[in-house]
Amino acid sequence: MRNVAWKWGGGSVAILVAIVIFIVPFTFIVFTAGKTQAEASFLEFTWPTEWVLFENIATVLQNRDWLLVRAFVNSTLLTVGAVSIMVVLGAMVGYVLQRRKSRWNPVVNTLVLAGLIIPPAVVPTIWVLQGLGLFKTLVGLIAVHVAFGLSFCILLFRAFVATIPRELDEAAVIDGAGPVKLFFRVIFPLLRSVIVTVIVVQAVFVFSDFTYALYFLPGDANATVQLTTFNYISQSASAFNLLFADVLLITIPPLIMYIFFQRQIVAGMTSGAVKG
Amino acid sequence: MTTATATGRTATGRTATSPPKPAKRKPMKSPYPSWFFIPAGVFYVVLFLVPTVASFYFSLTRWTLFDVEFIGFDNFIRFFQEPQLVTGFINTFIYAFLTSGAKVVLGLLFGVLLSSQIIGRGFLRATIFFPVLVSTIGVGILFKVLMDPFDGPINETLAAIGIQGPGWLTDPSIALLSVALVDIWKGVGLATLIYIAGMVAIPQEYYEAAKVDGAGAWNNFRHITLPLLRPATVTVVLLSLIGGLRSFDLIWAMTGGGPGFTSDVLASVIYKQYQAGFFGLSTAGNVVLFLVVAAIIFPLSWWLNRKEADQ
Repeated sequence: MRNVAWKWGGGSVAILVAIVIFIVPFTFIVFTAGKTQAEASFLEFTWPTEWVLFENIATVLQNRDWLLVRAFVNSTLLTVGAVSIMVVLGAMVGYVLQRRKSRWNPVVNTLVLAGLIIPPAVVPTIWVLQGLGLFKTLVGLIAVHVAFGLSFCILLFRAFVATIPRELDEAAVIDGAGPVKLFFRVIFPLLRSVIVTVIVVQAVFVFSDFTYALYFLPGDANATVQLTTFNYISQSASAFNLLFADVLLITIPPLIMYIFFQRQIVAGMTSGAVKG
Repeated sequence: MTTATATGRTATGRTATSPPKPAKRKPMKSPYPSWFFIPAGVFYVVLFLVPTVASFYFSLTRWTLFDVEFIGFDNFIRFFQEPQLVTGFINTFIYAFLTSGAKVVLGLLFGVLLSSQIIGRGFLRATIFFPVLVSTIGVGILFKVLMDPFDGPINETLAAIGIQGPGWLTDPSIALLSVALVDIWKGVGLATLIYIAGMVAIPQEYYEAAKVDGAGAWNNFRHITLPLLRPATVTVVLLSLIGGLRSFDLIWAMTGGGPGFTSDVLASVIYKQYQAGFFGLSTAGNVVLFLVVAAIIFPLSWWLNRKEADQ
């Protein structure tokens, strides 16, 4: 009896609270993005008297010589580039780190943990990038994301490689596979499920990143989508409808990722929970 | 770049000198080659390790990227003398411990709630987690508007029920707390899911055994759930502390460190000094942040994991 009350009563209350606390703010984005500039400036949580959502989106996309469209191209290149490099290189390290016991392992493990914990030193990184001629370039930002994101990938790959039986490697070696063939032909395809996890988690992270883009890729020429919102605030403080149309647009890609890859995202982000 | 080749050389140097010892049989080439470390290592060393090590030197200089002048510990002395920099230093701790503590408590609460038999579990889990994925800047912009002291929906709602809402982001004494509140709103979903994953890993037999022994709901929670959720708690504490100490984008989007410098944290001080062209001072801030993170996280993770091993 008590359980039934809890199941329905508690559940209903929780759903109600969740709607007010989590759904209403997102609805506010949609409503404001759908209003005219005059109506949006009241900042009210109301149904728009006149829906101009698509006009606003079109305006935002065209604004400042299609800045947002170029930003979407940049962010896509950035995300695809950084994540694919991270996945391949991270898998290589995680694989050898798990398979081979050598005296370098403690050093590598320490460096991996340091990469997760230590905040990057920003200005010296700019100094290095400038020395390499990569400051303010998309390639430079990709490289930075790879460097900062590798640790997370390595940890996930190392844990997963441990579940692949060694007999498989031995069989492949006996069949005459060299180290490269063994890894890319035999092991890498077996990592598929963890690769999907790493890709979606890192893609969401890289796409949503603001800080590194702000430091290492400043300026409008190569803006990423997160920076476009910020330019909006300083540029047109009163056009809340356009600002929120922009926010809405950059929220959609993670939302799509979440709808399709909920399980993998949750698995990747909570991977530390059980084994500590 | 130089360091990368140097480590590469020592690595090959070692492997080159070690084989001659067992000269009688040629060791079979390992199917797990060390050079697999090198491509990743180049990125890591050049763009993470070198800047981190270099930051210790540059923090002792007056630096403009073209011109470096060694000035000893002046930057650090300045860091702990100027009130706005000291405020940023203290705020970092307040912000990190507040958000971390709240995420542990609320995450545990929601985790237990969403593991129990209630309707709409899937919906609730998805809803609470989604803000984790939304861009921090988007969330910052959204709440900056929602928390507007005059026209913002939050204060208008409060006014409708007769409460005078505070100036969330404009009142110097609560601006930092308001940002922390939004940080908790955004991050609690992750903590909750980590706790749920921990709950799933607890064998049901324990609860059945406790039931036989006549344990109530509270005893179950206190003596089974809580101790066995320890790994989840460790993860939540460490993740949220690391994130909280380095936190920058939410604060930057919502207050820019203001009003004045009352909601500055180390990371925003670093950015402001960089913007102002004080690269040496900015890097000193980075070193301070490094030391703070290291001084908190390493002992804490050692302590938490040791306690876990004891049990």
